[in-house]
Amino acid sequence: MDLFEYQGKQYFARYGIPVSAGDIADTVEQALAVAQRVGYPVVIKAQVKVGGRGKAGGVKLAANADEAALHAGNILGLDIKGHVVHRLWVEHASDIAREYYASFTLDRPNKVHLGMLSSQGGVEIETVAVESPDAIALLAIDPVVGLDVATARRWVAEAGLDEGARAGAADLLVALYRCYTEGDCDLAEVNPLIYTPDGRVHALDAKVTLDDNAAYRHPEWEEFRATETEDPREQMARAKGLNYIGLSGSVGIIANGAGLAMSTLDVVNQVGGSAANFLDIGGGADAGVMAAAMEVINHDPSVRAIFVNIFGGITRVDEVARGVLEALGRVEIAAPIVLRLDGTNAEEGRAILAPYLSDRLLTEPTMLDAARHAVALAKN
Amino acid sequence: MSIFVDENTTVIVQGLTGSQGRFHGLRNRDYGTKVVAGVTPGKGGTDVDGIPVYDTVVEAVAATGATASFVVVPPAFASAAIIEAAQGGITFIVCITEGIPAHDEARTYNRLVEEFPGVRLLGPNCPGVISPGKCNIGITAGEIALAGGPVGIVSRSGTLTYQALYELSQQGVGQTTCVGIGGDPVPGTNFIDCLSAFQDDPDTKAVMMIGEIGGSEEERAAEWIAAHMTKPVVAYIAGVTAPPGRKMGHAGAIISGSKGTAQAKMAALAAAGVHVCQNPTEAGEKMVELVRGL
Repeated sequence: MDLFEYQGKQYFARYGIPVSAGDIADTVEQALAVAQRVGYPVVIKAQVKVGGRGKAGGVKLAANADEAALHAGNILGLDIKGHVVHRLWVEHASDIAREYYASFTLDRPNKVHLGMLSSQGGVEIETVAVESPDAIALLAIDPVVGLDVATARRWVAEAGLDEGARAGAADLLVALYRCYTEGDCDLAEVNPLIYTPDGRVHALDAKVTLDDNAAYRHPEWEEFRATETEDPREQMARAKGLNYIGLSGSVGIIANGAGLAMSTLDVVNQVGGSAANFLDIGGGADAGVMAAAMEVINHDPSVRAIFVNIFGGITRVDEVARGVLEALGRVEIAAPIVLRLDGTNAEEGRAILAPYLSDRLLTEPTMLDAARHAVALAKN
Repeated sequence: MSIFVDENTTVIVQGLTGSQGRFHGLRNRDYGTKVVAGVTPGKGGTDVDGIPVYDTVVEAVAATGATASFVVVPPAFASAAIIEAAQGGITFIVCITEGIPAHDEARTYNRLVEEFPGVRLLGPNCPGVISPGKCNIGITAGEIALAGGPVGIVSRSGTLTYQALYELSQQGVGQTTCVGIGGDPVPGTNFIDCLSAFQDDPDTKAVMMIGEIGGSEEERAAEWIAAHMTKPVVAYIAGVTAPPGRKMGHAGAIISGSKGTAQAKMAALAAAGVHVCQNPTEAGEKMVELVRGL
């Protein structure tokens, strides 16, 4: 789960990472009230989960209430790369002497944590990595050992941070690492990390991605979940406990297993179609799960054909067939259904469906044949 | 021959008394696997369909001499179960648990490497390993595999593994061992570990490799293949059309920025001389053709 900047800053604050005084605002009036409280000048920032807000006009400095009202009014409702701004973050503007970059993430190839620190912040770190890779100090951290202050002090010196900033930056990095690990982040990034003329170091932005697998031990994440502007199809699927990702094509996909579901999208694409979704009903799915999956797909008006791709291992194909019939009995399925059923109890499954086969409910022997058929139906 | 497990492998099941553990543990035993004990804290002295249950791995190993463990416990307890297995003298651990936090996985992996260098962990979030006709640890439906070789399979995806097993078995092409390394970001056993073992296994004549988006294990495997592998490899990579930034079912199946795409993996493997196929059916057909030409 990706957090909004303001949520990231609130999360940082829990772990003692210094952030600017500020608050959220959903209206111009609220923005003015926050500005009054934190003191002018203020920065008004669009809260959208996409990069390039500044260039799109989503981040503005306001010296007084007139400017704040103007900018807040302009930014609310702004469309930034398809993300409409409904919420602002208003904070006291910081004086900036220098901008740095800091982040922690998992180094998958080496199976350790990777810290990235640069004296060149405030710009895309990918650009820095390409144009001046030497300006990024990488630190491999053994997850068993962690990051201590002594190591952080060596690291900030190696990264060439200004001498006056080093002590504060080292403390902040240790706190950020704690947020990253104890807070179960996939990514904790500060860009820019600023050094102020009066000698303080703090986080001016926050980019945080949380590990959904750790949600069970973070009840405090509920409030983040509540503000997720999810695809309504994804919301419905989540409510039914299904692993669903909305896409933009016309062939609805139901498969068992993440790999097979991904592969199904690819095969549909190879034969000239496009998938409306990714949906993995998981291992051992029964008729009820299958019926729920059919309902979610049926709810999507762009679906013109449904491709059910099941390879029975632990999942039994006869159960899947019963689920299809259950769904057909429960709701009217708008699109024709093409099934490819193989593996455990496949013959029983096909036998269950045999009396019901029609030009709206078809089976094909292979994944490719079924994909071709579903794509042809979707194009009709 | 086979890799990692064979007819002599003795297995304990951590979580045998749970519904999943019981279901899969008994299926594994029915397949012929030497499932010799279960471990569930507080349930020592009981049994599951005649399989004795112990409170700790240490007791189970002392009583049975088991060398392998099948970990089938919920995510919150999986890391501790893996470490307990290693401490108890188990040298091969299969963990099928899905949903373990990435930080727990990273810590557990590094603890194993540092404190128990002789221990191999397979998974988490994997279907397990099957050496057809000899041993099946995990959730693979044993009846779709065919004993006798000559193909070794290594895969990040469960159902695509079953698909591959099935397509080969249907054509009468058997398997030496089929290893599911799992779909999480920090797998205990990676492609290179398996490719290397297959390269050294005299009965394995060709290898099927099934990858997916996310990470760079396939690219690293490609480098290893180019430098060390003399046996033919057929590969399929899932997720060509996956959108960036989304976890596609598996926690590790995510394109981050421009990294981890299927296209990059396929290009790296093709450059290493691997037969890269566009879909699972094509991969099965290619492997059958290769085996018949051996």
